[in-house]
Amino acid sequence: MALELLSVEQDGQWVIRAKGEVDLYASPDLRAAILKAVSDPRGGVAVDLSQVEYMDSSGVATLVEGLKSAGQRKVSFSLLAPSQAVMKVLQLSRLDSVFDIRESL
Amino acid sequence: MAASNDNDIIIEVRDLVVKYGDRTVLDGINFQVRRGEIFVILGGSGCGKSTLLRNLVGLMRPYSGRILINGQDFTAMNDEERTDARKRMGMCFQGSALFGSMSVGDNVALPLREHTRLEESTIEIMTKIKLELVGLGGFGDFLPAELSGGMKKRAGLARAMAMDPEIIFYDEPSAGLDPIVAAGLDGLIRKMQHTFNLTSVVVTHEMESVKQIADTVCMLERGRIVGLGALEELRALDYPYVQQFFARRAQDESQIDSAEYLRSLTGLE
Repeated sequence: MALELLSVEQDGQWVIRAKGEVDLYASPDLRAAILKAVSDPRGGVAVDLSQVEYMDSSGVATLVEGLKSAGQRKVSFSLLAPSQAVMKVLQLSRLDSVFDIRESL
Repeated sequence: MAASNDNDIIIEVRDLVVKYGDRTVLDGINFQVRRGEIFVILGGSGCGKSTLLRNLVGLMRPYSGRILINGQDFTAMNDEERTDARKRMGMCFQGSALFGSMSVGDNVALPLREHTRLEESTIEIMTKIKLELVGLGGFGDFLPAELSGGMKKRAGLARAMAMDPEIIFYDEPSAGLDPIVAAGLDGLIRKMQHTFNLTSVVVTHEMESVKQIADTVCMLERGRIVGLGALEELRALDYPYVQQFFARRAQDESQIDSAEYLRSLTGLE
């Protein structure tokens, strides 16, 4: 399933809702959405990963880039309700403790 | 082997025949590889196992027969389709096949730079993740010549993993390594399987490795399959070559076919 992205402003911050598969071919789109939000962050940026069915290492790397970019701008960056598929790759990459992971905003 | 539905089968080989000139090297090979398993191709030197691997990864075209990858006929694909299908496969070469003039990190990043539109910043992070995964975090700037044999193998594995493949093919992964390093590599192959549900096809003649990693073993002798199943099933086979292999008994050189020997020397029928 292709990746669908929707950026909405919610409770004073950007929420990027991702749905589908984040793979080598879709990651650049997620990257663009994250970096755009980070450049105009409002109260912060959150990536909703609850409907992501598959994520490979390019998706993980993209999230790390988002975290780095947000850190440089002193913007809060969180992951919302990552699906099991996402949690698994985050844990395997030992990055689950690096991100601010929340169940909701 | 347990019954599988079609979705569980990631590789299927049907009636594969491979020839070098007039010489038949693989003769009527049939097997299936289940998604997520470690499938070991085992056999002595010259049995055809490396030739089989070269056919599975599309480096050779068979004389006849079919190789289905995810249900698609790999042998019937044109070059462009095969290149595309190969992006979902990783290959760990026996000698690691790293580019000596490039750093380890650049070696790992190469497939991503060649085949994706990912930004360099994303590729750099992915490369570091892959090197961490194989225990080579911090070695990205090293040249291959500065690594030990075991580290080179792990770097080769990191490169094979670069594109997040579905299947990884290993050609003699433990060859030339001491037992401790070889055991570490076996552990890594298992870790990749558990972590990513990766399907692994491993060509080897190292029995210790087979014991550690194999879910299914396909044993070849002179280009034919003489045993296919779990290791214990193969052990129980009442077949001289299989028993000889497991017992590590040398070939009795005195048992030669004198007529065949004379023919080979003189060419006379």
